[in-house]
Amino acid sequence: MENLIGLLVAVPLLGAALLLCGGRRLDGKGHYIGTVLAAGSFAIGAVLFADMLGRGEHDRAMHSKVFSWIPVGGFRADVAFQLDQLSMTFVLLITGVGTLIHIYSIGYMEHDERRRRFFGYLNLFLAAMLLLVLADNYLLLYVGWEGVGLASYLLIGFWQHKPSAATAAKKAFIVNRVGDVGLSIAIMLMFTTFGTFTFAPVLTNADHASEGKLTAIGLMLLLAACGKSAQVPLQSWLGDAMEGPTPVSALIHAATMVTAGVYLITRSGAIFNAAPDAQAAVVAVGAVTLLFGAIVGCAKDDIKKALAGSTMSQIGYMILAAGLGPIGYVFAIMHLVTHGFFKAGLFLGAGSVMHAMNDEVDMRKYGGLRKYMPVTFITFGLGYLAIIGFPGLSGFWSKDKIIEAAFAKGGTEGWILGGAALLGAAITAYYMTRVMLLTFFGEKRWAPDEKGHEPHPHESPSSMTIPMIVLAVGSVFAGGLFSVNDAFLKWLEPVTGHSHGDSPLSAAAVTAGTMVVLVIGVALAWAQYGRRPVPRTAPRGSLLTRAARRDLLQDDFNHVALVKPGQYLTRGLVYVDHKLVDGVVNGTAASVGGLSGRLRKLQNGYARTYAVSMFGGTAVLIAATLLMRAV
Amino acid sequence: MNPVNYLYLAALLFTIGAAGVVIRRNAIVLFMCVELMLNACNLAFVTFSRLHGNLDGQIIAFFTMVVAAAEVVVGLAIIVTVFRSRHSASVDDASLMKL
Amino acid sequence: MSFPLLTATAVVPALGAVVTAAVPAAQRAAAKWVALGFSLVTLALAAVVLVRFDPGGARFQLTESHAWIKDFGVRYELGVDGIAVALIALTAVLIPFIILAGWHDADPLEGAHPNRRWRPTQGFFALILMVEAMVVISFEATDIFLFYIFFEAMLIPMYFLIGGFGDRAGGRSEEETATQRSYAAVKFLLYNLAGGLIMLAAVVGLYAVTADQLGTGTFSLQEIVQARAGGHLDMASSTERLLFLGFFFAFAVKAPLWPLHTWLPNAMGESTAPVAVLITAVVDKVGTFAMLRFCLQLFPEASKWATPAIMILALISIIYGALLAIGQRDIKRLIAYASISHFGFIILGIFAMTTQGQSGATLYMVNHGVSTAALMLVAGFLITRRGSRLIADYGGVQKVAPVLAGTFLIGGLATLSLPGLAPFISEFLVLVGTFSRYPAFGVIATVGIVLAALYVLILYQRTMTGPVKAEVRSMPDLRVRELVVVAPLIALLIFLGVYPKPLADIVNPAVDHTMSVVDKKDPKPDHPVDAGWFSYSPKSDGGSHDGASGGAK
Repeated sequence: MENLIGLLVAVPLLGAALLLCGGRRLDGKGHYIGTVLAAGSFAIGAVLFADMLGRGEHDRAMHSKVFSWIPVGGFRADVAFQLDQLSMTFVLLITGVGTLIHIYSIGYMEHDERRRRFFGYLNLFLAAMLLLVLADNYLLLYVGWEGVGLASYLLIGFWQHKPSAATAAKKAFIVNRVGDVGLSIAIMLMFTTFGTFTFAPVLTNADHASEGKLTAIGLMLLLAACGKSAQVPLQSWLGDAMEGPTPVSALIHAATMVTAGVYLITRSGAIFNAAPDAQAAVVAVGAVTLLFGAIVGCAKDDIKKALAGSTMSQIGYMILAAGLGPIGYVFAIMHLVTHGFFKAGLFLGAGSVMHAMNDEVDMRKYGGLRKYMPVTFITFGLGYLAIIGFPGLSGFWSKDKIIEAAFAKGGTEGWILGGAALLGAAITAYYMTRVMLLTFFGEKRWAPDEKGHEPHPHESPSSMTIPMIVLAVGSVFAGGLFSVNDAFLKWLEPVTGHSHGDSPLSAAAVTAGTMVVLVIGVALAWAQYGRRPVPRTAPRGSLLTRAARRDLLQDDFNHVALVKPGQYLTRGLVYVDHKLVDGVVNGTAASVGGLSGRLRKLQNGYARTYAVSMFGGTAVLIAATLLMRAV
Repeated sequence: MNPVNYLYLAALLFTIGAAGVVIRRNAIVLFMCVELMLNACNLAFVTFSRLHGNLDGQIIAFFTMVVAAAEVVVGLAIIVTVFRSRHSASVDDASLMKL
Repeated sequence: MSFPLLTATAVVPALGAVVTAAVPAAQRAAAKWVALGFSLVTLALAAVVLVRFDPGGARFQLTESHAWIKDFGVRYELGVDGIAVALIALTAVLIPFIILAGWHDADPLEGAHPNRRWRPTQGFFALILMVEAMVVISFEATDIFLFYIFFEAMLIPMYFLIGGFGDRAGGRSEEETATQRSYAAVKFLLYNLAGGLIMLAAVVGLYAVTADQLGTGTFSLQEIVQARAGGHLDMASSTERLLFLGFFFAFAVKAPLWPLHTWLPNAMGESTAPVAVLITAVVDKVGTFAMLRFCLQLFPEASKWATPAIMILALISIIYGALLAIGQRDIKRLIAYASISHFGFIILGIFAMTTQGQSGATLYMVNHGVSTAALMLVAGFLITRRGSRLIADYGGVQKVAPVLAGTFLIGGLATLSLPGLAPFISEFLVLVGTFSRYPAFGVIATVGIVLAALYVLILYQRTMTGPVKAEVRSMPDLRVRELVVVAPLIALLIFLGVYPKPLADIVNPAVDHTMSVVDKKDPKPDHPVDAGWFSYSPKSDGGSHDGASGGAK
């Protein structure tokens, strides 16, 4: 069984290699190869899952060492995999949703001449993401971590001929690199503290280390998580990343890759548990981001960017939960899984709408689409109900628990966090209702584009609708299924641990509160976008709206604080290098040259001048000799 | 007669020769001045030979004469060749060795 | 007497240079094949060296020793340790690719009808082989004087390669290109000569010291190291420091270390891409190699004394080189500044005085050689097609030449040390090695990681993506010869990134030895986890999953 773990990564990697090196011969069947290999990886995952279920609760983790990777002195890194319940959850999510999105892409990318390469990149992503969650040490995790960054870079910039896509891809990679620096420093700190960076020994011995060291490690891990999971202050890349094809947004920038930060924090739970300051930072980042993302989501007219804001916000919930400690880990992961279902479904729905509307993304130019695209409408609608936490659907089960856990933090802190989470829930209900109303309800607002093509909305082909239906089913039932007998809690508890806190509010009170804010949010959106016709061009809006449209000025801030000074610095240094560093050397050369130019004049070619210098020299020598003798 | 006087004469001749080399431009005159200097040296050598009472100085004087003769042969040949190609015996015209 | 393998490895390319130069003018095409053949024979010999070398064996292996200039104690003394073996292998691997990549770089211009005596083609390939011979023998020499001679002699063929075969595609007037090229060649020569002269003074000084204290002067590295260890040779610390600085200066010019770096962008920018690779991937490595072999081992105390200053210079190199790379408008100069940044990492690793740092630095030399070769050679193919080195003259190449763009991207990703490719391993080792002794320096160096991503991705974005520029519309994709050059390099990058163990196993014992000569030990972790964990498996240890929940009480 252990050998299968490696195969899990190898299968999609093989697909990537085949598709990217295969050349044009594979153009006709590349997408099938890619999909079959993704499905194969899912099948292996399912076999391993069945095997794992067959074993006792504490006997489920598997380990498989493939080979010794970097052995230098005390520094030993292996290529070795560890499959426990936490990894297993991710493996199923990644390969499952991944396979569905492969199927969806067959239809979505049908007319793209570079479809083979697209599937190659998708397979590369799967391999890297699986490596990330299966690694048994932080360095191998780092390989997967940057690997998914690379796949994300390639896929965001898939339509490279568009400068905006190329810029967005570069931005995503570079912002992520800042986070990656955090991860590498964390690994170095672990090495100097523990002499190893393999999960098991580090985490078992975490509480032996000083709290200062652990806090430093924790903060660096948080930095890494912020980059990958688009959390404040490294959130700015996610909105731009929507330049990528929609299946990519669904898979990488909603369901899987962006949740890697949550995985990292949950995996490193032992470190965070022993470093309360780092935990406080995690919680703060989560709370701020969940509100930040939600506010941005309210103002965007671009359907994908609105969903991206929502993703940011939902991951904020997960980070918040993970920062709460053992009480929250399980719920963070549970929300991650349910979010994977409904957000991927929502993105695929958005893709289906765009597919029907000639790639129009402005929701103000949609309207009334429910009549034209019933399947998309229903699946999107179910995803919508799930994300706002409609009772009984997936989001309700997972988000409710997080809000409860936030209150259970206790004291003022608990009230602030719980309040923020509740407020976030209200805003979520508001912006999602807005998306729903703008897209599927009201009058039709589309018109012919500049070239005179009028969109003819139509339902998407079955290769696209089937994945949407499967994900919608997941969005409806997953949460409930997980909550039967606390099944998910019992499944993950051996890995993450769990504790019950004392909530100042009873579970029922929290649920009631959530319901109230949900109704308020929906009603507000209805009042604004449901009752009245929606203008085709956005009104100017309040100061906050305008700021939110510009992602709360994050890019402006980065531009002023980082990009501009950086440009001046590099330009200045180019000048300095040329004029100063090189100038000193060239100056020395020039002065030597000038001196010799002057000395050269003495050699005028007249024999008598040379004769004079000879006589003069002789006279001086004789004089000197006589003088010496006299003395 | 005091042999030292010969030394004064040698110094005088050498100075005249040196001054000629520095001042005159005609290659032939220059050449003669060089000869004058050589002969001044010869005189000094012979004088010292006499003063010290051995033959070393006189032998060196003979060597100098032989070398001077060889030098005259080569030197005059050069001067004649230069004169042929440039129609001038002035040494200042032959200053091509500078940059 | 056994077959002098090391001599042969150096003599074969030298012989190849002579034979190549002697090919008749009319048969200039044959000269290329001759040169390629000799470089491949050298590669085979290097492979034999690699196989015959026993990582667990003696310090220096395959040694040869003959008296040369008896009066001065100069000996013809060769021997290799793991570090030298790795670098000889790198050189031998890269030269055939350099020759292949430069296949048409020294052809007569189109439309020109060279006369019967026109033979720069022969000269170009002969000079490349000459450089190879000298580099190889510099890696092998264990006699300081012998090393010095070839360290300096290398400048002569390099000077002609830079000055004589500049880039034809400058995007400037013929005349200005020629001026810039000779400026670059002279600058290269003067910088390196100046370094070499100071080193010569130090070499003589070292001889004087040994002659004074040991009775007979010697240039033998091993003798001096042993004499020091045995307490027979005891330099005054001021003498040792001066001699160290003399050696270090020459190597820092060659490496190149800030602020002695400015010759590199000129030299790499003006020469053809294969020659640029020769400079940065092969010749410059002699500098960093010599720091490890000569500076540290001959002058351990002075090395430790100078460490803080050198590390600060290395840090400046890392960040300064990267920032300047971002500001460049010329593709080749950009890669040159990136190399300066990478050399900063190598020097940082060497002077961190940890096994991770020094092994990392050695692997870095190899990996940087391969990755820069891949990136620079593809850049060269690109430049030849368009006839310009300016980044702004490109755009959208990805659309018309996807394979070229793909290989360029992989070269670039290797340059920014993407995990999975070879440079990541060396860079991480250098960072860990530095961090474990000097945490602040390690953290500052990580800035270089972010900056590397910036310059590589900006370069890729501006040249390869976006709308297709009219001038690149008809650009052909990589040809078979070019693919033969790039594909193996990329395969090597991936192989060494996934499975660096064979290389690390060769290098590690040599690094351990250097560390013991310098008398430094790796810092101990604060809370070492007991050794049992390293062979851990959850089957034998049921408590492994409690690990994660260790703090969850």
